[in-house]
Amino acid sequence: MSTLQITKSIDARGMACPGPLMNLIGAIRQGQVGDLFEVLSSDAGSKTDIPAWVAKAKHELVEVREDNGFAHFIVRKAR
Amino acid sequence: MRNDVLILGGGVGGTIVANLVSKEVGDRARVTLVDTTGTHVYQPGFLYVAVGREKPAALRRPETSLIREEVKLVVDEATLIDPKAQKVILKTGRTMRYDELLIATGSRTVLDEVPGGAGAHDFYTMDGAQRLHRALEVFVAGTIVIGVAGIPYKCPPAPVEFAFLLDDYLRSRHIRERCQVKLLSPLNRAFTIETTSKLVQPILAERGIELTGFFNVESVDPIAKTVTSLEGETVDYDLLVLVPPHRGQKVIEASRLGDERGWIPVDKNTLMHTQFDHIWAIGDATNIPISKSGSVAHYEASVAAAEIAAAVKGEAPPVHVYDGKVMCFLETGRGQATTVSFDYDHPPVSPAPSVFWHWAKVLFNKSYWHTVPQGRL
Repeated sequence: MSTLQITKSIDARGMACPGPLMNLIGAIRQGQVGDLFEVLSSDAGSKTDIPAWVAKAKHELVEVREDNGFAHFIVRKAR
Repeated sequence: MRNDVLILGGGVGGTIVANLVSKEVGDRARVTLVDTTGTHVYQPGFLYVAVGREKPAALRRPETSLIREEVKLVVDEATLIDPKAQKVILKTGRTMRYDELLIATGSRTVLDEVPGGAGAHDFYTMDGAQRLHRALEVFVAGTIVIGVAGIPYKCPPAPVEFAFLLDDYLRSRHIRERCQVKLLSPLNRAFTIETTSKLVQPILAERGIELTGFFNVESVDPIAKTVTSLEGETVDYDLLVLVPPHRGQKVIEASRLGDERGWIPVDKNTLMHTQFDHIWAIGDATNIPISKSGSVAHYEASVAAAEIAAAVKGEAPPVHVYDGKVMCFLETGRGQATTVSFDYDHPPVSPAPSVFWHWAKVLFNKSYWHTVPQGRL
């Protein structure tokens, strides 16, 4: 069980690719350095798109785990 | 007693709903359409204005020429919606009450949200498209950069289409070899939909259009002529074309009917406001996870109209709901186009670009005025 203080949670379950990533990008754009963003996505494409974008944008992928039919990502805005 | 059906916004969605509800309910309701200008503008034509292939006058018609006689047009701007009192206040001070309200106010572009971006070009307004065309007419050599400064934005294919039409335009002026065209995509591919990206990326490469992925425009330095991404990259330009950030209309924000960007939360199938009865919203104005495009507003309009008509008549809501249907054309240049057609449950399969789909788009654009606003198509 995660005890991290999430700044904003994005429930993108049911949203088709690239909706979950786009919502994350939008949230990070509005956020502050250090903020933690949680994304819940049932789209298979998120498993590659989200980690790839986080790496490119030099943020931090804090946690990735599979839940019941969806993936759970926690990303820290690093800069 | 007659019901009052009030429609805010005379774009494609609002106009179709006004006509269909009026036709369906007859004397049982007064249908009033409030529009800020009273002029209907065919926004998909802006792309063509930017590259000199369409005249602005061909994209405008008086709203009165597109609505049924029974629909009353009020040229004014809604400034506040009171969902509890079921009233809308207009800029002139007039108050209008409603029994059923459709919000089809679209979106607005806010280029000034991009630091340094206020002077960049865009093709999301008529003025922007005309200004961009004037800049292209005097452009003779250098780097033209096309970037995306915010998501969601209207018409997801537009940046890719513009890149292809720009390539055609520069070739027609015999200056293509002196120009670089760079397309900066917010994703790690050219287009939001992967299958369509796979179709268009080889064509971009063949035309010499350079694609940079994961480039979400964050700021512009108009003195140094550079554009910098949220991901930390910087690109030089001579002429910058940005897809501006979009927001919902001010009336939605002022009335607290939307989220932090002014998008109205609606049920993705019934298009009814998630918190307030007697309010529907369609088109760009909503927060549903689907393209912001005229096509969406077009398909949603018949659903919202049927639901509003049923409410007026005191009947049960219709069984048919909005299923996420979208159908867009995507110009690939050199007189060819493909399509992007999908719904909530079926991902798109775009056909190979062909002359057929280009002419289908041309035909649709020309026949629009006589078919779509009236709800005939």
